[in-house]
Amino acid sequence: MVNIGLDVSSMSDSVMTTATEVAHKLEVNNLTISYDGTPALSNVNLSVREHEIFGIIGPANAGKTSFLKSLNRMDTFNSSMSVNGQIRFNGLDIHNLKNIYALRSRIGVVFPLPVGLPLTIYENVALSPRLRGIKKRRELDEIVERCLTRAALWDEVKDRLNSLGSLLSGGQQQRLTIARALSQEPDLLMLDEFSIAVDPVTTMRIEDVLKELKQDMTIILVTNLVQQARRLADRTAFFLEGECVEVGVTEDLFTGQGKDQRTLDYIEGKFG
Amino acid sequence: MSDTNTLSQTAALDFDRRNLDWYIDKIIQALVFIAGISAIIFIIGIFVFITIEGFGFLLEDFSFREFFLSQYWEPSDEDAPEYGILALIAGTASVTGLAMIVAIPFSLGAAIFIGEFATGKTREFLKVLVELLAAIPSVVWGFIGLSIMNPLIIQIFDVPVGLNVLNAGIILGLMAAPIMTSIAEDALKAVPDRYREAAEALGATRWQVIFKTVLPAAKNGLLGAVLLGMGRGFGETMAVLMATGHAVNIPGSVFDPVRALTATIAAELGETAVGSPHYQALFTIGIFLFIITFLINLTADLIVRGIRKG
Repeated sequence: MVNIGLDVSSMSDSVMTTATEVAHKLEVNNLTISYDGTPALSNVNLSVREHEIFGIIGPANAGKTSFLKSLNRMDTFNSSMSVNGQIRFNGLDIHNLKNIYALRSRIGVVFPLPVGLPLTIYENVALSPRLRGIKKRRELDEIVERCLTRAALWDEVKDRLNSLGSLLSGGQQQRLTIARALSQEPDLLMLDEFSIAVDPVTTMRIEDVLKELKQDMTIILVTNLVQQARRLADRTAFFLEGECVEVGVTEDLFTGQGKDQRTLDYIEGKFG
Repeated sequence: MSDTNTLSQTAALDFDRRNLDWYIDKIIQALVFIAGISAIIFIIGIFVFITIEGFGFLLEDFSFREFFLSQYWEPSDEDAPEYGILALIAGTASVTGLAMIVAIPFSLGAAIFIGEFATGKTREFLKVLVELLAAIPSVVWGFIGLSIMNPLIIQIFDVPVGLNVLNAGIILGLMAAPIMTSIAEDALKAVPDRYREAAEALGATRWQVIFKTVLPAAKNGLLGAVLLGMGRGFGETMAVLMATGHAVNIPGSVFDPVRALTATIAAELGETAVGSPHYQALFTIGIFLFIITFLINLTADLIVRGIRKG
């Protein structure tokens, strides 16, 4: 009986949210993440708008990666990780979804260290379309070429699509994982320090691609390079030691118009 | 200035002097070396021994054609003994083949469950259980074949005798499954978790992750597991001796009794005169078995090694 009452209230809640703030792709309320009881991130409240690049900056152990992991429910891999609070993706509470796989298929993730699956280059990119049920070779060919081109990798691998993805160099594998994330045709693309394993020239090429992709999707960019956030992000959040210090328009934060002194200190390299 | 000079001079003296640690190190190196190569020496010794024992037969009565192509194993015929192992090879091969058909689905299924789905205590419990199963002596399995499987097969399939290819194949399959499970599970565990996470992040379900990512990545190790199980089946003696029916026969169906190469040696060696052609012929079978199991194990080992490098 009590359950039914709760369901109704949460339903009307979600209807209201979608009605009033339809432009919000992602809403995070009172999010707390802990590992075996030790909090890694506490009480985060923020929202990400549709078609923006949302930057997250902050030193190591700030909780940035944990934050991303909670967004596509990767906490299910790790029994010690517990997520509390509310996350709404397209207005839906992601902890009450019936099909978590469908959620993940709409969210592309690029990990800090490249993970080329032990498949051929072609299959790495074609895997997600195949999981969606696309079977026609011509259609797959087209997706593979488009995604690899967007990830600035096509020219280097077009003659060896059938060799193993794990044989590529680190930077190439990273671009392969970007291509793979794009092959999901994601609603939301999350990049976790993607440029760690990529050389500066390629980084700039990928950054240009991200600016274009903004038309089609929402992007969350976690980065250690504050200047990268400045170049790309429309708004930026500053995470520090498990706390979301502030969220603001990127340019404001970088010109000292933020609310918290620690943000400017970090950006200017006084600590970090 | 002079201080540093004397210091470096004493150091230089130390460089040129062998102390106790140095000698202990050398002695231990030598001991470990001996222990290490002893396995190789034993294997070569065994091979040399069985070759010598079978040598007289190989030189005199051995005919390649008769040995491998005749289905008559009649070594105790006084007038014209015949030494054909074709029926014995067929016996071993049919039993091992059936055993693999039984063992592969069981062991791969168990390995996937233990490695990919079970967690925490369930997983530990199952692993211990599998190790325990692998340690059951083969004579116990043979006993199960004789006393449980035999009447069961007679009852279910309405055949006169339950000691046949089916019985031995199932027993051997159950025997080989634990060790195959254990090795296959190791192969699955060797697949890094980041592959699973990456595939799941793409929206793949658990089964899709296993089927499209984990199994392809572990395929060499899994093949190695199957081959090692096969080697085990090939060399198994006691259970096979008890469950096959021990009749020299090329089987036409799974309900025919057969006789295995290993069981022939075990059953007949005690009754032959040392040095007689029959005795030597049994040792020649031993050489043949040795070579086959060696080749299977070597292949399995090379394949398993292959994944570690890749």
